[in-house]
Amino acid sequence: MSGKGLVTPGPTMKARSKVAVGDPQLQAALSNLDLRLFTAGVVQAEHPEWKDRVAEIRRETLADLDGWIDKLESKLLSLGVVVHRAATPEEARRYIIGLAQREGVARVIKSKSMATEEIDLGRALEAVGIESVETDLGEYIVQLADERPSHMITPAIHKTLGQIADVLSKEAGTDLPVVREPLTAWARDKLREKFVGADMGITGANFVAADTGTIVVVTNEGNGRFCTSLPRIHVAVVPVEKVIPRFDDLGVLLPTLVMSATGAKMSNYLSMVTGPRREGEIDGPEQLHVVLLDHNRRVLLGTPYEDMLGCIRCGACLNVCPVYRSVGGHAYDSSYSGPMGKILTPLVTGGEEGRDLPFASTLCGACTEACPAEIPLADLLVRLRADLRTPGPVVVAGADQPAPPPALPVDHAGRSPAAHPAARRKPGEGYATPVTRIHVPTRRAPWSRRRAGFEAWARLWSYPSTYRASLAVGRLGAKVLRPKAGWVRRAPMLHAWTDSRDVLVPAGATFRERWAARERGDERW
Amino acid sequence: MPDEREPRASAPRAAARRVALFATCVVDAVTPDTGVATVRLLEAAGCVVEFPVAQTCCGQPAINSGEPEAATRLARHFIEVFEPFDAIVAPSGSCAAMVHHWYTRLLDGGWRQRAQAVAEKTFELSDYLVEELGRPDLGARLEGTTVTVHDACHGLRNLGLKSSARTLLETAGATIVEMAEPEMCCGFGGTFAVKYEEISAHLADDKLEHGGATGARYLTSGDGACLMHLEGRRRRTGTGPECVHFADLLADALPAPTRPVAR
Repeated sequence: MSGKGLVTPGPTMKARSKVAVGDPQLQAALSNLDLRLFTAGVVQAEHPEWKDRVAEIRRETLADLDGWIDKLESKLLSLGVVVHRAATPEEARRYIIGLAQREGVARVIKSKSMATEEIDLGRALEAVGIESVETDLGEYIVQLADERPSHMITPAIHKTLGQIADVLSKEAGTDLPVVREPLTAWARDKLREKFVGADMGITGANFVAADTGTIVVVTNEGNGRFCTSLPRIHVAVVPVEKVIPRFDDLGVLLPTLVMSATGAKMSNYLSMVTGPRREGEIDGPEQLHVVLLDHNRRVLLGTPYEDMLGCIRCGACLNVCPVYRSVGGHAYDSSYSGPMGKILTPLVTGGEEGRDLPFASTLCGACTEACPAEIPLADLLVRLRADLRTPGPVVVAGADQPAPPPALPVDHAGRSPAAHPAARRKPGEGYATPVTRIHVPTRRAPWSRRRAGFEAWARLWSYPSTYRASLAVGRLGAKVLRPKAGWVRRAPMLHAWTDSRDVLVPAGATFRERWAARERGDERW
Repeated sequence: MPDEREPRASAPRAAARRVALFATCVVDAVTPDTGVATVRLLEAAGCVVEFPVAQTCCGQPAINSGEPEAATRLARHFIEVFEPFDAIVAPSGSCAAMVHHWYTRLLDGGWRQRAQAVAEKTFELSDYLVEELGRPDLGARLEGTTVTVHDACHGLRNLGLKSSARTLLETAGATIVEMAEPEMCCGFGGTFAVKYEEISAHLADDKLEHGGATGARYLTSGDGACLMHLEGRRRRTGTGPECVHFADLLADALPAPTRPVAR
């Protein structure tokens, strides 16, 4: 992305990380994350069987994603919902802006939504003169600061209380106290003014049930309820993988999401919207629009990256990630940060953004362990490192992978899905091609210096004689350049290591030489 | 993390076990003392240790750098070298995890089956001594020594190692003082340590601070590369306990002298 709205600017993740690690305010703010550390473990500890069930539901959905989308669409249409399938962020934005302009919308109120972040909807609305107000407190703070959210659950986690007071005081035009309650009360009053008289409410969706057409929005502040019920138009931006087969699946999905996100048993608010206002009902929107967003997701079906679409956006992988906890979300320069962001960003942007992100990981696997949807995040990071050697999108139509699904039909708002037979498929057909989890690169990679270097190294170390010779050369080099063995502060060519740590210059024999001495009967080997 | 693996059948203790030592390239080239310590511990447990000299590296640096073809080449070499042996033991959870987790994902067909067979008999050192052999008592004496244990990531999360190194140390009489967040990554991460040096050092500082807060004399773990990173940082900043491989701690506490096995 463009780097706008970042407290840690820089051209690469490495550059931004350096800024982030050295930013004392950010580090102070991030220490609040430590409090949440154990929340990811709650589900595992209390309900180990939930993870398997969640993963099962997500895999069942993805095995026939288009089928479930069709089913959902039929149901939504029967409820009087207008459905728009958008292949790209531009299409989604165009549809929503066009709708707002047609309907004479002056102000939009937004509930927290990663999908609208992904398509940068708020800024797009503002650009055409429509006021767009984020109504989640954290989102409101970052919007006022002209920044980007840095955590998918706690968007302003990168800010200290003092910084938040500054932002709100500036908007208030008076000095507010640096105390949580009065700051929140001020924002609450201010946001109430914005809710009243808004023409359009925009939300994402945590889940959408295919059998009932119910849009589920989880919040802790009740702002989501305002957005879905107060304005005359409600637009839900729904990435395709948010569909779930059955309303009943929420029984395990909702508590898993909430516990993984915050450690609470359930969120303060839970909004379930099934269709627009019906005759005789006293509230709810006159119009309900669902924008189904693909954005390079369906092309992942049938590939090892399909697993990533199982993500329920709980943020558990961020909270346990040593890298996220060190640098915060802005270092990723993407709507999605943390381990899931490192994977999702290069995938959904078609390889145009975040190509360096998968390398910014120690591969410790804490994310995989924490993920309540059993997504092998660390493995996908490793796989991406190989697949990103090839320029362009990570996954493209080609001989080395299953045929891609047909593109989503572009604009058929209000029409029956039966009009799009290409999008229909039976369970077990098409995308359900058995996924080989073998780590062969998705495509043949071009040669690079890195690849040639590793290939040469692997060849040398595939033979004991050349391996031995390379160790000997290393020893000789160490001896010539740094005669003193043991721990040293500096060594030639190793500055990337020695800038922050001492290095151990090996002394004496290698292990294999000592073993050879033992074989010869040397007792002091 | 709970150990979800099936409990292993109790191993015969009388008959000497033939064990192939996979020293790992780090131990071979940089910290050979840890290799010697590993041999001494295995022998103290009654094993006959062999060192297949054709061994090199497990290939992890390649796959973690996004070069699976190079990693596959080394995976095949590892399998060819080690498949004749009944048991393969490495003083590194990370290298053993490479064999367990990645070889079957890198290789296909017949090679995949061979990878599976080799993985099933490849063990991290403490895991082999405690779980497979059932020999936590090696005769080492560490009474009065306080240690804190860092759970190195790949051993912990790919192999399910949590208690075995602690069991060895406690059986030797050491006092274990747990640090805050023992399962948090130390920040080494292979090439990450130099590519993202700032984050890497930041994480090492957290680990050393947590370790230091326990008052333990040693911070120990089962992976030499993590320890090299932590000890290097400790020597630079002067904060934290001395970072030592548990094999070195235990072998130094064996009732010496070292007796070379007659061959």
